[in-house]
Order: sequence, then structure tokens, then C-alpha cells
Amino acid sequence: MIRLTDVVKEYPNGVHALNGLTMEIQDGEFVFMVGPSGSGKSTVIKVLIGEVEPTQGRVMVNGFSLRNIKERQIPLLRRTVGVIFQDFRLIEHKSVYDNMVFAMRAVGAGPKEIKKRIPYCLDLVGLANKSRRLPSELSGGEQQRVAIARALLNNPSTIIADEPTGNLDPARSLEIMRLLERINALGTTVLVVTHEKDLVERFDKRVVMLERGRVVSDGIGYYGRRAKAQ
Amino acid sequence: MSRHNFAYFAREGAYNMFSHGFMSFAAIGITVACLLIMGTFTLVAVNANAMLEDMESTNQMLAFVDESLTEEEARALEDDLLAVPNVRAVTFISNAQAAEEFRARYEDEELFQGLPDDNFRHRFAIELVDIGYMSETREAIEAVPGIGEGNVNAYEDEAAGFITLRNVAGVVCVVLIAVLLVVSVFIIANTIKLTTFDRRDEIAIMKMVGATNGFIRWPFVYEGFLIGLFSAVIGFFLQWGLYEAVARSVASNDTINLINVVPFQDLWGYVALIFAAAGMVIGVGGSLSAIRRFLLV
Repeated sequence: MIRLTDVVKEYPNGVHALNGLTMEIQDGEFVFMVGPSGSGKSTVIKVLIGEVEPTQGRVMVNGFSLRNIKERQIPLLRRTVGVIFQDFRLIEHKSVYDNMVFAMRAVGAGPKEIKKRIPYCLDLVGLANKSRRLPSELSGGEQQRVAIARALLNNPSTIIADEPTGNLDPARSLEIMRLLERINALGTTVLVVTHEKDLVERFDKRVVMLERGRVVSDGIGYYGRRAKAQ
Repeated sequence: MSRHNFAYFAREGAYNMFSHGFMSFAAIGITVACLLIMGTFTLVAVNANAMLEDMESTNQMLAFVDESLTEEEARALEDDLLAVPNVRAVTFISNAQAAEEFRARYEDEELFQGLPDDNFRHRFAIELVDIGYMSETREAIEAVPGIGEGNVNAYEDEAAGFITLRNVAGVVCVVLIAVLLVVSVFIIANTIKLTTFDRRDEIAIMKMVGATNGFIRWPFVYEGFLIGLFSAVIGFFLQWGLYEAVARSVASNDTINLINVVPFQDLWGYVALIFAAAGMVIGVGGSLSAIRRFLLV
């Protein structure tokens, strides 16, 4: 579960990215987070993965309290959260399979576990037959699917996707969203940060809208047409 | 650390070193250069120290025996003198030998040639372990029955000069080596930082999936270790060649061939050990320093 309560984040340069943001995401939910540039979406992700510390307020992610979290606990938190980025962040000189091995090795997984888990995750995203290809030999949509497979490797309870379709055409974007929806159906909490209105409207999911570091609407459908009471 | 992690770190470290061939070559080249500068300076200091020790050993004291003692009685003092702390060796010189040496030294002076042996006293030439304690040793020798106060010639000013020279050389050597070591770590850190910069995305991915800082650091530590080890081996053989070449040219030069160069065979163990240690400190220290900034995410 993710819970942010009255979270304030002021950067050292004086920018107030979050101004008393409060929201909660239950286990197994699928949530879109939308908002204009500078609304605080990226800061929310950074706070959720322990990259920045909130100035005020309480943050709980999968049982970890992020106010004053100890440095050595951050890797443990990150193992419960799979993150997907707009630019895929794959290692260009490693094959798809080696990219996956690299991610699993990084958390100390053993050879047996690696041999078992990688084919499963690649199969889940439909790329079992392309494991020996280099990222540059794949389309954008396929590269993003590799990134999703990588995010799933450590069996996280939450997936956070930061503009996962920003570099894709509409057809591939829809494909990625359907894939995330399928992963959510398997029990993983999914938070998708996006600004693609058309795409969000295709799904009947909860949408949280941010503006100036606060939640301005929260409900099913784009821009909170059926907003929850705040 | 588990067995498969150890193997993984070692493999990644070696792979990283060879896959970033040019940067590794640059890092090894710079480390070898630093080791050679440090090594050359140290070897010069070692040779200077050996020369000083030689000169020290020729810095003898002379203890004159009481005139009332016969030659047999004077010779019997040898054991008493050897028992004095800081005395390494004593050589008895009879008055006849002393007179002969004196006459030989002034063979052109007819006046001195007729001096009788009785005008000279029996004496002991005394070598010390440490000329730093010359004054205390002189006092102890003077206290030996049969020698007496004021009967010891000790060249304390010359000894003090040697000691100052040795101390200054020692301090300069330590300071220069320390400075060179710091400079080397700094240069290597910057060289490895460039290779690390190439891999900042990999580090960011590792951090993102939940790798600990320790896990991320290890392959870089191995890489630094390997760079240091390769540099130490190359540096050692180059240093050897350089030293032998200098030793040969000193031996064949008419002006400076009086300098006794310490044979490399007497030093190679220390050189190898110091190069290996310094190479690894520079390599691992440089790697750790280089990666620190990239772990702050």
C-alpha cells in the first residue's frame, strides 16, 4: 500500500514541488496520475522510491516509512517497487537476457533463480523469442516491454511507470497499457504517471490529478469527472 | 559474500577492465608512471642511506689507554670496552703500531721520524652501533678503568652532521612519497571516474532495482585492484630494468664509480611488496573515490 499524508517537498533551490499532498493507493489498485508540467508528478515518484526525502509529512510505501528512512533500507524498499521510465533505460551493449541478468544479479539473485525467473517474465511480456537481441534491434514498444519485464523480475508488489508511453506511437502505447493492466490483474499495484489524455480515457481506472503539488481531483475517469471527496 | 557473488564481482571487474580498454590502459599507464617515480625516489633514498651507513661506520672513536699500563694490561681492556653499550667493534692499536702509522703519515718530515714508540700510547679504535649516542658512549668508555676522563677522541660534531643529514633525507623521502601517493590516487580516481561516467546508467539501473551500494562498489573495487596489480607488475619490471641500467652506468663511469650501488637482488623483495601494496592502494582507492559520487541517487 502507498500512503502520502500532508507531504511537502521543498528543494534546496526554494522550489515547492509538493504542497501538502495527500493520497492513498490500496494494494492491487491501478491508478493513473496526471497533471501539467511542474505539478509534482516526478517528485512523487522520487519520493516513493526514496530518491528524495520529503520535507514534511508522512510517506508509507509497502510497509516502509520514508520519513528519515535509513540509507541501508532504501535498496530493500526499491526491491518492492518496479520502476519503468519513458526512455526504457536498458543497457545498450547487453542483450535482452543479459539486461535481465544484470538486474537480478544487482539484488544478489543466484543462478538457479535467474534461470527460472527471466524466461517467465519475458514470456509474460511476449518477448521470450527475442532474449538474445540487443535493445537497438528491438522496436520502442518492445524495448518498453523489456523494461517492464525487468521491473517484474524481483516480484515487486508495486509497479510505478513514469510516462511509459512517452516515446511510443498510439498503437504501441495502448499495447503497453494493456500489458500493465494484465500485470495489475495478477495482483500487482500499478501507478502510471502520464499526460496522455486520450490513452487514460480508454481505461476505466482511477485517475489522480495533481496541480501545484496538490491533489485537485481523484476519481474514476479522466480528470476526476467522478471525483472522490477530498 | 556468497560464492557466486564473489565470482560475479571478479568476472564483472575483469570484464569492465578489458571492455574499457583505452581507459584501463590510460589508468595503468598513469599508475605505472607514479610507481616508477615513487620507486626511483625511494631507491635513491635507500642508496643514499646505505652510503651514509658506510660513512658512519668509518666514523670511529679513539680511546687512549693509561700510560702506566703495559701492552698486555692494555689489551685486556678489550672485553671491558666491548661490554659498553652501543660499541660494535674495538681494534687494539699498540703504541708501536701508532708510532709507525704516524711516521708513515709524515714520512717527509725528518723531525718526526726519530720519535720513539714510548711517546705514543696504546689505544683502541672503537666503532659504534649508532653514532647518535656518541656522547653517552664516550662517557661510558671514559668510565672504564684504564681509560679515564678526557682520554677519548670522539668526533661528535661530524656525527651530528651525519645524523642531521640522515634525518632530513628520511623526512624528505617520506613527505615526497606521501605526496606522490596522494597525487597518484587523485589521478587514478579521475581516470577511473571517466570510465565510471560511461557506466552511470548501469549504476542508476542497479540502484533503481534495489542493489546495495556495497554490491555496486565491488566490481569497481575488483577493477581497481586489477589495474593496481597489472601496474605493479609492469612497474616492477620497468623499475628493475631502469635500476640495473643506472647501476651499470655508475659502475662504468670513471668519475662516480666510487659510489656503491646496492644490488637490486638485495632489494627486489621490498620493491615487489611496496609496488604491489602501493598499486592496489592507488587502484582500489581511486576506484572507491571515483564511484562515490555516482552512488548518491
